[in-house]
Amino acid sequence: MTAPVLIENATKTFGSSTALDDVSLDIAAGEFIVLLGPSGCGKTTLLSILGGFLSPSSGRIAIGGKEMTHVPPARRPTTTMFQDYALFPHMKLKDNVGFGLRMRGIGRAEREERAKSFLDLVGLKASADKKPHELSGGQRQRVALARALAVDPDVLLLDEPLGALDLKLRRQMQDELKAIQKRVGTTFVHVTHDQEEAMAIADRIVVMNQGKIEDFGPPSEIYMRPRSLFAAGFMGEVNFVRGKIRDIDGTGAVVETALGKVTLPKACFTAGPPSAGQGTMLCIRPEHFRRAGEGDGAVTALGQATVSNSAFFGTHYRCHLAPNGAPDISIVAHMPQSTVVAEGQVLTLAVNVGDIVALPLKQA
Amino acid sequence: MAAHSLEDVERRKAWGFVAPALVWTIVFFVAPFLFMAAMSLWAQQGGSIVRVWNLGNYIAFFEKDALFRGLTNSLEITAIVTALSILLAYPLAWIIAERVPQRFQRTALILAVLPFWTSYVVRSYSWLLVLSRNGVINQTLMNIGVISEPLELASNRTATVIGFVHFFVMLLTLTIYANLVQLSPNYRRAAADLGANAFQTFWHVILPLTMPGIMTGAFLTFVLCIGDYVTPQILGGNNELVLPQIIMLQLGRRADFPMAAALSIILMLAVTAAYVACARWLKIERT
Amino acid sequence: MIRNRITSIACSAYAVLIFGFIFLPVIVLVLFSFQDGRLPVPPFNGFSLQWYEAVFADRKLMSALLHSFFVATISSFVACLLGFLAAYALARFKLPGSAWQRGLLIAPMTVSYLIIALGLLTVLNAFGIGLSLWTVGIGHVVINLPLCFAIIYSSMGDHHINIERAARDLGASDIKVMVLVTAPMLLPSLLASFFLSMTFSWDEFIIAFLLSRFDVTLPVEIWSLLRSGLNPKTNAIGSLVFLVSVTLLIMLELFLFKRTKKS
Repeated sequence: MTAPVLIENATKTFGSSTALDDVSLDIAAGEFIVLLGPSGCGKTTLLSILGGFLSPSSGRIAIGGKEMTHVPPARRPTTTMFQDYALFPHMKLKDNVGFGLRMRGIGRAEREERAKSFLDLVGLKASADKKPHELSGGQRQRVALARALAVDPDVLLLDEPLGALDLKLRRQMQDELKAIQKRVGTTFVHVTHDQEEAMAIADRIVVMNQGKIEDFGPPSEIYMRPRSLFAAGFMGEVNFVRGKIRDIDGTGAVVETALGKVTLPKACFTAGPPSAGQGTMLCIRPEHFRRAGEGDGAVTALGQATVSNSAFFGTHYRCHLAPNGAPDISIVAHMPQSTVVAEGQVLTLAVNVGDIVALPLKQA
Repeated sequence: MAAHSLEDVERRKAWGFVAPALVWTIVFFVAPFLFMAAMSLWAQQGGSIVRVWNLGNYIAFFEKDALFRGLTNSLEITAIVTALSILLAYPLAWIIAERVPQRFQRTALILAVLPFWTSYVVRSYSWLLVLSRNGVINQTLMNIGVISEPLELASNRTATVIGFVHFFVMLLTLTIYANLVQLSPNYRRAAADLGANAFQTFWHVILPLTMPGIMTGAFLTFVLCIGDYVTPQILGGNNELVLPQIIMLQLGRRADFPMAAALSIILMLAVTAAYVACARWLKIERT
Repeated sequence: MIRNRITSIACSAYAVLIFGFIFLPVIVLVLFSFQDGRLPVPPFNGFSLQWYEAVFADRKLMSALLHSFFVATISSFVACLLGFLAAYALARFKLPGSAWQRGLLIAPMTVSYLIIALGLLTVLNAFGIGLSLWTVGIGHVVINLPLCFAIIYSSMGDHHINIERAARDLGASDIKVMVLVTAPMLLPSLLASFFLSMTFSWDEFIIAFLLSRFDVTLPVEIWSLLRSGLNPKTNAIGSLVFLVSVTLLIMLELFLFKRTKKS
């Protein structure tokens, strides 16, 4: 089954360190949510609290509208898929998958049938009588998934399940997880530190850092319109350029930067409306740079820059540029594959202002 | 002729390194054992050994009640001791692994096992101090007026069992603890997550996963207990003799080496049977 | 929750009872070694060191103690050396039948000491070789060699191979590699097996009993003391042995502990 999850002002402290700092989150039923962040950001702590293995120091958790803050794991409508899979080594696969059913008092015949159907869901029905040590890492992970789904939870919690797999297998499993989630409709909460993985599978991503939520939204939103400097930096390569807001009128604001003056529409200020005199940080992704004269939409020239370094990456040239007006800044830009870019070359940089995101300099 | 490749030179060196240990084991362990096996098939007559192959000693073992009883006593006592030691040690190992805070576990374990390090002879003797007619238990009970006559606690099978259990509880605590402590905590979490209560988690998951620790300890207990002379001799009195005591009797009074050898072979077979039964759980692997 | 409290109380109670059971004989032993009186049983008359004096004055006991020490040290050293060489050979080189060799070297661990002693005794008798502390030492090497081999073998990890290869690459001969590179790397397990062997040899009774004649080791001498029944002198020597063993244990703990920290 499936259910929405509500986290209200959850805080978790361990002695003097704060793992979670006043985190609130509203997850709709059937969503595939990814908790993304570097190690120590609190994502695993939050997952453990959702699973009932930890209690929050303050705040509350509700699943399906019911109060769940201090309910033990056995009585929560959640199951967890552990990072090391935790398959019971002494039981056959079908007994592993059927374990939760057995705890619910379901008879052997029905148990085996349901277990086999879930093994079928993950493509391992033929191995039902094998033991975990006879399987590969990827297969064991599928069994762990089957075991977690067999008890029909409302919420499935996944603790960095794809970390131990090689790249090719990881991509494959990402697709499978997404497909299975759509099929069973359960709410999935998935923890990872890999932003590519998050973007591949999430309906919405929760970017976390040092116990706080930095940003929350669909992958494209977070990538294109990040609401915090950390989120901007974490989701991919980005150029940070300082600037000062000069004038504000109805449609946008004029910002003075080391690269020149740019007029930014209001939509660029994702963390709140701009105010004159305020310092701001412009976030420009390397692939958003255009050469003057090309590109679609309102392209603003940003002055000339000298190529200090350039490497061919197959789909594009990755270039380091030093703006002539501010030679100590280094800009990373992606130039199209068809261009010829040489060291020492002088280009005129341009960008579609709609692609720029402007965020406050100091974030609380 | 052998080619003097690098591998050959290496191999010859390797044989040189391993040879001393192998030779020692063969000369001082295998050969004596085979010799003793041969001896068991000879007979002792009038002060000298008659080297005529016969099964006389073995037949005598099955015919003479006193001899056969030695084996049955040994097996019974060992079985009781193994069972009791497991039952008493498991909860202790569990408490140290689960209830004692991480940083004190090592200390608690060492404390639980400390008396292991008294001399084995002295340890059995100490139980005599506790159990004998004028020992600690009897004197205490008489002083507080519970009994008027001392209880016969020493010099019988019960004392032997107590003496053994005391030793093996410590051994089993070690092996079971070692097993418990390297179980991933996620097994427990997964079981709880899937709806198991504390007892179900223990019964279906933890207990089966600690079988290797239990079986290793049980095997060691069996081997050490069934072959022990000291504890039964000090605490057992002269009634229900165990096989090692009977073997020593053959040596001492009668200097009947062939019979002693035969009885030792029988003891060896009992241990081998135990090893075969537990072989699954006992494998030495390189990390 | 109430159930948690009951479990906690039950656990504490059980722990107290079991620890009491485990320590009872040792406490009685040590307590009554200070008995001011003739019998090491209640009542405890008073505190006296007379029995410790008696122990140190007992020539036979003291020489037995010395014998134990020598037998333990020498046999443990031999067992460690042979075990190290064998482990080195079997871990680093591919020898035919290595599984059988490993099995053979480990085999004595599964045989009762009584049988090992008896085997050696029959052979020695047959060849007319006299019993002495040397024959005891031989027996002790037999029982300790498998242990040393097993411990050292299991600690020779594959990641050590390249370090040794580097040493050879830089010109070291085999002996030099073993002495200057391998042995120091394996120092924790070498020391662990040495001290473990010392502990087993120090305390070993049946082999020492059957394979010695005039010069005996401490456990054998204590055994003769037992003939005289309950005697505080036995308590005293027992307590001393306990103290020495615990010291050996502490040293073992220090080296084993360091080893697990390293890996």
